[in-house]
Amino acid sequence: MSYQEMTIEEVQNEIIEEFSMLDDWMERYDHLIEEGKDLPPIDEKYKKNDYLIEGCQSRVWIYPEFIDGRIQFKADSDAIIVRGIIALLIKVLSGRTPDEIIESDLYFIDRVGLSQNLSPTRSNGLMAMLKQMKMYALAYKAKQKN
Amino acid sequence: MFDVIKIRSDFPVLATTVYDKPLVYFDNAATTQKPEEVINAIKQAYTTYYSNIHRGVHALSDISSEKYESAREKVRSFINAGSVEEIIFTAGTTASVNLVAFSFGERYVKSGDEILISGLEHHANIVPWQMMCQRKNAHLKVIPVNDDGTLRIEEIDGLITEKTKLVSITQVSNALGVIIPVKKIIDKAHEYDIPVLVDGAQGVQHGHVDIRELDCDFYAFSGHKIYGPTGIGVLYGKKKWLEEMPPYQGGGDMVERVSFEKTTYNKLPFKFEAGTTNFVGAIGIGKALDYIESVGMEDIIKHEKELTEYASTRMKEIRGIEIYGNTKEKISIMSFLIDKVHQYDAGMILDKMGIAVRTGSHCAQPVMARFGIDGTIRASMCFYNTREEIDVLIEGIEKVKRMML
Repeated sequence: MSYQEMTIEEVQNEIIEEFSMLDDWMERYDHLIEEGKDLPPIDEKYKKNDYLIEGCQSRVWIYPEFIDGRIQFKADSDAIIVRGIIALLIKVLSGRTPDEIIESDLYFIDRVGLSQNLSPTRSNGLMAMLKQMKMYALAYKAKQKN
Repeated sequence: MFDVIKIRSDFPVLATTVYDKPLVYFDNAATTQKPEEVINAIKQAYTTYYSNIHRGVHALSDISSEKYESAREKVRSFINAGSVEEIIFTAGTTASVNLVAFSFGERYVKSGDEILISGLEHHANIVPWQMMCQRKNAHLKVIPVNDDGTLRIEEIDGLITEKTKLVSITQVSNALGVIIPVKKIIDKAHEYDIPVLVDGAQGVQHGHVDIRELDCDFYAFSGHKIYGPTGIGVLYGKKKWLEEMPPYQGGGDMVERVSFEKTTYNKLPFKFEAGTTNFVGAIGIGKALDYIESVGMEDIIKHEKELTEYASTRMKEIRGIEIYGNTKEKISIMSFLIDKVHQYDAGMILDKMGIAVRTGSHCAQPVMARFGIDGTIRASMCFYNTREEIDVLIEGIEKVKRMML
């Protein structure tokens, strides 16, 4: 079953289960690095300032496509652990409707121990990425109404 | 006798663990830890004699004022300045540079004039000048940087013109650790009668500073980078400039007499200390300087030099490490990148091993741009660090490589 056929909750629960088998931080980072390596790189043409997320120590680009009422996110970063975090966000949020994204409660971030990365003082920008993805959802929702 | 184990026991934070691992604190260029003596002095100030300075007729105010002024004298003697009138307490190096950029700019800089800085400056020694240049329609010129991180000081003659009003230069590059031959630059600028500000934020804690020998016109440094508290710093300025320059901020303590028609300003150094100053911070800085003197600057220099040499040797043994700032004349900063590894990934993994380093541009983006990189990993050591901690860092780097590649 692809992630998009699962609910947001189901994908989150699966991620939580995967992380629950990892004993320490190094294993968690190893796992994120693997996730990061598996994330397909985006086309160079999307690596431009329009898609760059501000406020990150590494560069992060998020590019949305709106297809059949659902948002497909493509994203990349020059740091591999950050790519791993993005890969998780994409698993959970890509291929969803704007409403699903706007209303989503991403409890997995806390449960897998990444919540410290959510604080605005941490500059890897998980917070900024998530905010940007929700902003795109809001924008597409507004566009749909018009 | 220099005993690093004993010294470490003076710094409570160094005994802490992070993620159940002993802390390896290699972020000393960002800020240093505090010895217990400094912490106790601050506590004592708040618990036994705290009261506002220069104002009360009462006993506690007298004690506070006296302690504050003794701290000023301590700073003066530590950097061997001529007079306490030339020692102004500020919030830190950034505040000191901003003070000079404003007040010197107001008094001496006109449209078309020039300020000369270097390509190794921290943003705090770039932006205040840019702001002043914008106000005054003046121009900022920059001494270029060589590939090894040193400055092309041979180009200074060509960069100085009759429009140059001030040279502002860092003593040590915060991003690379390279020591700048500031004495040569000061002498050169003085040949043309141009005053020089030295940003000593990364210099004062790593070597002897003798203001009268340096003969710089201004010298700025921060308390928190020299084992003192945060929010306190120093501006040394030659009396002739400080007397001519207008005040930076208005308020209490900097005035002599105020009426709605005319206000006259207090004498030096109070003219530049508006409002209730951070006098407890100043007392803390005084104690930190006492502490450094008790350890001994010679021993500090020697130990830090050994650490730097050891770290350089160990790092050069690792394949794929590029060190930025490859000169003999450097302080105990290792600024480096691991081939094909983003500095941020490395920093996150080192963090989980208990190693505190800084990653990124270190508030010196033009330095990074000079080398065509986004940032580095910066391990900045000081006299309480050990060879064993460098071994932990080397293990950490090997671990990062294994995980990433």
